[in-house]
Amino acid sequence: MSEPAAAPMLRVAGVHKRFRRDEVLKGIDLDVAAGEVLCLIGPSGSGKSTLLRCVNHLESIDDGHIWVDGQLIGYRDAGDRLVELPEREICRQRAAIGMVFQHFNLFAHLTVLENVIEAPVAVRRVPRGEAVRLARELIGRVGLAEKADAYPARLSGGQQQRVAIARALAMQPKLLLFDEPTSALDPELVGEVLEVMRALADDGMTMVVVTHEMAFAREVGDRVAFIDGGAIVEEGSSSEVLVAPRHERTRAFLARFVGTR
Amino acid sequence: MARVVAQRRPWLWLASAIVFVACAALAVAIWRNPNIDHRIVARYQFAPAILHGLVVTVVLALLSAVIGTTLGVAFALMRLSRSAVLRGFAAFYAWLFRGTPLLVQILFWGNLALLFQTLGPFRTNDVMTPFVASVVALGLNEGAYMSEIVRAGISAVDRGQYDAAQALGMSHALAMRRIVLPQALAVIVPPAGNQFISLLKATSLVSVIAGGDLLTAAENISSANLRTIELMLVATFWYLVLTTLTSLGQHLLEKRLARAGAGIHAAD
Repeated sequence: MSEPAAAPMLRVAGVHKRFRRDEVLKGIDLDVAAGEVLCLIGPSGSGKSTLLRCVNHLESIDDGHIWVDGQLIGYRDAGDRLVELPEREICRQRAAIGMVFQHFNLFAHLTVLENVIEAPVAVRRVPRGEAVRLARELIGRVGLAEKADAYPARLSGGQQQRVAIARALAMQPKLLLFDEPTSALDPELVGEVLEVMRALADDGMTMVVVTHEMAFAREVGDRVAFIDGGAIVEEGSSSEVLVAPRHERTRAFLARFVGTR
Repeated sequence: MARVVAQRRPWLWLASAIVFVACAALAVAIWRNPNIDHRIVARYQFAPAILHGLVVTVVLALLSAVIGTTLGVAFALMRLSRSAVLRGFAAFYAWLFRGTPLLVQILFWGNLALLFQTLGPFRTNDVMTPFVASVVALGLNEGAYMSEIVRAGISAVDRGQYDAAQALGMSHALAMRRIVLPQALAVIVPPAGNQFISLLKATSLVSVIAGGDLLTAAENISSANLRTIELMLVATFWYLVLTTLTSLGQHLLEKRLARAGAGIHAAD
């Protein structure tokens, strides 16, 4: 907290990632300031989701550094080597980084309320009563107060994703990662999820959003990065990148979205 | 008003009649069979020796099921581990114990003293009583089958559930215990119930090392009075009681899990 205001909430520097022979991230550099919303766009298979999964160390990296709030994620810097942290440390780091998945991944055997209090109680050891109070407030904030005792399968996709956001918020994260949060939704349900995300952005949450919703990226995103082939092709303010892209590849990619929104 | 006449199904009627007559004939043949003395059956049905054997059978099955389930979960987790050594060992265990006859395994443990005269400071025959040998043999065998059942159950849980648990800061162990295994349970219970019924009947095999179970008790009596069929009927009755009760319990458990896991198999 004593860091100067300029220090980024997320800094990604020179990150490489390989799956066997296949290099999916080829040296990624990114900064996201506290309170900023960065949208990652790009064709499928470009490495956006993998990059997101590296930020909370769901995937290991092969080279480079990722810092969240000044803390090196997943590794300990031992001079010339990066040594992977013990599980306990990694879990502690992940607990402070929220993640929302394309397929929601709500715990199917737990009710909405139980989904939201699960991690605070089991991981943070928050007293149950306190966790329930916070959970009810968050479930209310995403507009699902009357669904608190329902099981996920009884909810629409949009409702499930809103619960998933509440579940991530219950850990009071410093940074929220969204992995294509509306890609699995019926078109008429996309709006309600984006609405919740917009409100979070307005509240000053730091967010990294992998998305194909160009309207959302333009309106809510402070900055946009276009990724293709495992590298950042172009990055800048959302109006720059989406309205007046400098690169041919960005233009070709964006041309496919013309008229969709 | 026209009368509604359902389609005629003469072959269905004929097949039903044949099956009914055959069953009735068989029942009469057994009931009136001069070689079966029903008074003997009645006398031994609740005899103390038989009831003692029944208790041994139940205890054997329960102990083996507890050991088998524990081993099954442990080996299933090993089977899914990152270490090739653990994976290999778990696969070897399942291969060995599923690939050899249970009867051979029981005889092996019952005759362990022929291989090792002592186990640490103890004499093998003092430790490996027929009962202990029976529990060890049945438990290890059960573990091999349970490991496959548990592994299938864990694999049936969507990978995203584990990812979400990890992303919230749960350790591997916590994610398994709180998120993955509870959901795997709904998939595990039906085959595990069948497995327990098989185990109840498999306990009868320990009669070859005088395990003291229900069948051993029945055989002890029939070898003295030569009423083999009658005492087999006595044992049969009790095995059917046990398996019927188990099926009932399994049914109730499945219903309960279906309610708790309303989310897993949603049926609106």
